[in-house]
Amino acid sequence: MKAKFIAGGAVIALALSYLIYAGVTQSAVYFVTPSELQAAPAAAKAYRLGGLVAPGSVRWEPRTLQLSFTLTDGKGSVPVRHKGTPPDLFGEGRGAVVEGRWAPEGYFTATLILAKHSEDYKAPADHSEAGYKELIKSLRRPGS
Amino acid sequence: MTPEVGQGALVVALALAVYGAAGAAVGARRGRTALVESAQHAALGVFGLITFAFALLVYAFLAFDFSVRYVAQNTNLGTPFYYRITAVWGALEGSIVLWGWMLALFTLIVILRHRERARELYPWVLTVMLGVMAFFLSVMTIAAPPFERLTPVPADGRGLNPLLEDTGMITHPIALYLGFTGFTVPFAFAVAALVTGRVGDAWIALTRRWTITAWYFLSLGLLIGGWWSYHVLGWGGYWAWDPVENAAFMPWLTATAFLHSVMIQERRRMLKLWNLALVILTFSLTLFGTFLTRSGVIASVHAFTQGAIGAFFLAFLGLVVLVALGLLAWRWETLRSEGELDSVVSRESAFLLNNVFLVAAAFTVFFGTVFPLLSEALRGVKVSVGAPFFNQVNVPLFLSLIFLMGVGPLIAWRRASLENLRRNFLGPIALGGAGAAFFALLGVRSALAVLTLALTLFVGATIALDFFRATRARLRTGERLLPAMGGLLARHNRRYGGFVVHLGILVIAVGVTGSQAWSVHTETTLQRGEAAELAGYRVRFDGLAAAEESNHFKVVGTFTITNGRLGPAVMQPSKKFYPQETSPIAGVDYWIGLKEDLYLVLGDFTRDGGQATVKVQVNRLVTWIWIGGVVLTLGALLAILPERRKTT
Repeated sequence: MKAKFIAGGAVIALALSYLIYAGVTQSAVYFVTPSELQAAPAAAKAYRLGGLVAPGSVRWEPRTLQLSFTLTDGKGSVPVRHKGTPPDLFGEGRGAVVEGRWAPEGYFTATLILAKHSEDYKAPADHSEAGYKELIKSLRRPGS
Repeated sequence: MTPEVGQGALVVALALAVYGAAGAAVGARRGRTALVESAQHAALGVFGLITFAFALLVYAFLAFDFSVRYVAQNTNLGTPFYYRITAVWGALEGSIVLWGWMLALFTLIVILRHRERARELYPWVLTVMLGVMAFFLSVMTIAAPPFERLTPVPADGRGLNPLLEDTGMITHPIALYLGFTGFTVPFAFAVAALVTGRVGDAWIALTRRWTITAWYFLSLGLLIGGWWSYHVLGWGGYWAWDPVENAAFMPWLTATAFLHSVMIQERRRMLKLWNLALVILTFSLTLFGTFLTRSGVIASVHAFTQGAIGAFFLAFLGLVVLVALGLLAWRWETLRSEGELDSVVSRESAFLLNNVFLVAAAFTVFFGTVFPLLSEALRGVKVSVGAPFFNQVNVPLFLSLIFLMGVGPLIAWRRASLENLRRNFLGPIALGGAGAAFFALLGVRSALAVLTLALTLFVGATIALDFFRATRARLRTGERLLPAMGGLLARHNRRYGGFVVHLGILVIAVGVTGSQAWSVHTETTLQRGEAAELAGYRVRFDGLAAAEESNHFKVVGTFTITNGRLGPAVMQPSKKFYPQETSPIAGVDYWIGLKEDLYLVLGDFTRDGGQATVKVQVNRLVTWIWIGGVVLTLGALLAILPERRKTT
């Protein structure tokens, strides 16, 4: 009787080990910086690329939902393309992490943008307050 | 002055907790009841002091005392009244205070309920409870003092994290922490059982309702967390396998295993060691979860050294595990099973498998969560495994568990005869098979969805069959239908509470399957007057408006929705701009339905209000997850009720 249970347990343990092993090999995502990716880009691997959104690099086409920008870490920079609205925490000069693959044509295709959400709040910069006020005003104009 | 008084109260409470833990232990060893009684008074004192400190912290929030760093960081003059109270546990320091307060309350309830009934175990239970209490108080006094002053005093605070301004965020942490702290009680009894060598059923019988209660709150906390994620975060999902969710899910899995394995010990005197190990594991995982979420270790192995909190939790976790393992080794001989497994086809075997799968799932979640840390620490490569990993490994485990849910309650103990199998499972299996064929013919393409729905039918049928037979048996004794059914639930509330929980899980499984298999979404940019189409809905963009709230600005998009059945209706997703946040927060708008939810998120927009990007999602069957959640919690409540055994 005991032997049966031990054999059953071994089968389950083996199956689980295989599931975990296969799961890891299939869905491992490598964290890289722009300079690391530039040094050795592999089209077969899934990457999570983290860096700073280079000021002046963001192009956003609302009609086609095409977003492109450059991620940099000071030492290297990688052009990124993504289809979809930039997330709320996304902006030039801010940190962002993108997940996706390296396209052989020489840019990074992001399937997911994770803007850095830090638990620490910065005190509001003056321009942001003014910016909101401005926004409210412009939206309140008659006819809008 | 009050902050110093509050911090002082915590220091005194710490001294009392240490004294009480030591006093109860010495009292137990030397049989001096006076010392144990003195420890009880110390526990009472701890509860009074931490309640007082908690009240002072709430007062500091209500009075906008920005000289206290924690207050200044988590509230500002614009925070609405209710959220000033909930902001108290909006971050680490206050969470630990709330946790400690609950632990002190549970310690008090243990004293009231068990001081007369469990003479042998009780003093050691008190020692463990107060020992854990002392740990949390030491965190409050050294690692994360809630009353720490801030100089210079700012004119206004930074404000609460806007994502937390939601009712779900009031109830979610409370339920979750009640669940976490609740497991301290069965853990304390398990340790007491090991210390005294009374590793029989007494500790299990005494803690059964404690365990179910803790499990109930933990389940509630997880469900509310999913609800909040879905309705507030604006990504349209309810579970992302992120470390914070996993941290709460791991103890839930092991606790669920424990709830089942104690039944085997009660019936067959087996698995003593396993049950003790499961309780210790569950409690350790609650600590580990807190360590994961609060130490910053998730972001990077190296972030761990930045705060003292991670080291505190890790050291305490190490102590708990070492002491527990030491005790288990010491009592090894007395933990032998009295019962024997007779056959592979038996209820014991089904329960064993259930445990193996639940613990395997917990291990999978653990592995996936710590894999990035291990890989970074050992190989220097930062790798993570995402949701696909967790789904790949866990889906087969969960489906097996659903299958066992149908088998376990009906199969015979010891050895199931062919007759027993035929009588209980032939009908349900036929129904499940017919269901699978039906869904396949209906055009359900996802094999996984077909399998899950078929399994759901099979398990549902076993539950119905059991209930039908039991009711019929009572009808034969001349009872009327409704009293017969009610009597069943009341007399065998444990069994039927369990069945209701199973039903809840089935309904949740249908909701999860449906939403994963059939939800559709689109994202599009519209000019004013333009419309987007998705799954029979037409969403027309009519313009933007702005509004000013007490602590944020709001930009509201107006969309007119039409579909074949419903006339035009207006939906207004928004974006909220908080001054303390560098970026806006989504204000999702949704229509909830039994068949599907329509879910709108406002994206980018132009300043003149003439153009906006909108995400439209049609999420199918999601509502059933919440309905299943309600059913599950009701079942747990039914199982918590005191047992009303027949006296005849």
